[in-house]
Amino acid sequence: MPINYYIFFCLTLFSIGIVGVLTRRNAIIIFMCIELMLNAVNLLLVAFSKMHHAAAVAAAPDTTVGGDGQIFVFFIMVVAAAEVSVGLAIIVMMYRNIHSVDINFLNRLKN
Amino acid sequence: MNAIIFSALWGVVMMFSGIVTQNKKTITGLSVLGLVLLLFINCLHAYGIWVIKLDTLGALHFDSIGLFFNAIAIFATLLYVVLSGKDIENTGVHAAEYYALLFFVLTGVSILTAFNGLLMLFLGIEIMTIPLYILTGADKRNLKSNEASLKYFLMGSFSTGIMLMGIALIYGATGKFGIAGGISLAPSTGLAVRPSFLEVGGMILLFVSMCFKVSAAPFHFWTPDVYDGAPAVFTSFMATIVKSAGFFAFIKLFDAHTAVLGDSWNILVPFVILITLLIGNITAVFQQSVKRMLAYSSIAQAGFMLFALYGNNDLSKEGILLYAFSYSLATIGIFAVLIKLKDYSLDGFNGLATEYPLLAFSTAICLLSLAGIPLTGGFFAKYYMLSAAIKAGGIFWLVIVAVLLAAVSVYYYFRVIQAMYFKSGAPSFNQPITKAFQFTLFGVAVMIILLGLFPNLLLNFFYF
Repeated sequence: MPINYYIFFCLTLFSIGIVGVLTRRNAIIIFMCIELMLNAVNLLLVAFSKMHHAAAVAAAPDTTVGGDGQIFVFFIMVVAAAEVSVGLAIIVMMYRNIHSVDINFLNRLKN
Repeated sequence: MNAIIFSALWGVVMMFSGIVTQNKKTITGLSVLGLVLLLFINCLHAYGIWVIKLDTLGALHFDSIGLFFNAIAIFATLLYVVLSGKDIENTGVHAAEYYALLFFVLTGVSILTAFNGLLMLFLGIEIMTIPLYILTGADKRNLKSNEASLKYFLMGSFSTGIMLMGIALIYGATGKFGIAGGISLAPSTGLAVRPSFLEVGGMILLFVSMCFKVSAAPFHFWTPDVYDGAPAVFTSFMATIVKSAGFFAFIKLFDAHTAVLGDSWNILVPFVILITLLIGNITAVFQQSVKRMLAYSSIAQAGFMLFALYGNNDLSKEGILLYAFSYSLATIGIFAVLIKLKDYSLDGFNGLATEYPLLAFSTAICLLSLAGIPLTGGFFAKYYMLSAAIKAGGIFWLVIVAVLLAAVSVYYYFRVIQAMYFKSGAPSFNQPITKAFQFTLFGVAVMIILLGLFPNLLLNFFYF
């Protein structure tokens, strides 16, 4: 498949994530949209990695070009997991205090 | 490398110290010890002594400017803990964990000063910010702290997503995560090719996300809320060490990359500088709470630091070191006093000078330095930034605007000085002001003045 398809697909997923973050009001759903953005990036990285690999294999069959893209994906997954644990803890802390995860409640700091 | 490994290890030590002892004084002492050792071990690296020799396969590159910046960040943290250690203890019941998180932030800072590729940039930024989400929400029962923490977390991970998309696009265009970009040669023909659409798009996303991280307008909107809501001790840390480290990474990242963006770079950066300075300074004028005023002033100071990004020459590199140091010193000093006060509004400062003349004097020096009055470190920091921009050329009008807005900033810094010296009142404190605290703060003020008289003291160190 041409790389264009992957790029369009990943950018679409990413845009859905951005629109979700900007329009939804539920903290958990916003959080899921952020994860969607990260996963769109993961997919794109894997696709690019494969693309660079395929291009390099044509020249030298036993090349490792493109491997770094996939390693990056693992790092993103690890960091995303760390973020999830912290983020969910923050949302739970919020829920304990105001019994809601609606971010419209977040207006105490607006002077 | 020394600082990265040691700060991560000492963070673990701090975590376990919470199990061994409940005595908060011991825990603070242990973290001060850790910071002194960290500073020493970081300087060892600068002299070529590695505690652990590791081959990072080019992922990290240690140069003297990075190590020097690292030393500045650790030293500022040391001062911060010495001045505000008691307040860190009193934020909640988990003093050891707060210190552990501070050490993990320092790990992130150490990575950011040495990164040599987009992978390490991403990891450094995440290691630096994730502990901060927790520290922002450290005051668990306080709704404002909760709200600030959630807001910071959502905004932070959103900008991380944008940064990652930028990195992915750059990877797609160039096939590597290196930061030495620019116009490359086409492999088949050997002719120079223009950077592809993907690479330019990636650079712009990366730029946007870094603006988010250092709270440059128009991506600054989370800053006042987060700085206002977080416990004041941690605001002090966030606004100084973390912010300067973010700037250092920002400048290092775009050091080699401006060629990709071409002419649009010379429009993009002055635009960001202009609105950052305008929004920061003008909004700070209207604030009644000193804590919130300092949040806006940190946006305004970010505008000045952005001049280094535009300048991108030797002068701007010296300038960012000087700026990071003098700005951190002054802001840590003011926050150390602010945290002790019960009332964060301007009226809380009323009559401070009559009760504690030394304390008021040191605070006044810190405020003068932030405003950039001559004979203080802040003056030379601003001077270096602006002269770097003039040397780079092309934005002389913006330099004039910046000087005018610095004059505006004098107004809101002087309101605090006015409250301290010319209004009567009895300031009430959360805890007694000790002699040791007053003299440490005075020491900070002396350092600021020394920097203002002999900025080369700091910069000569750099060229040791």
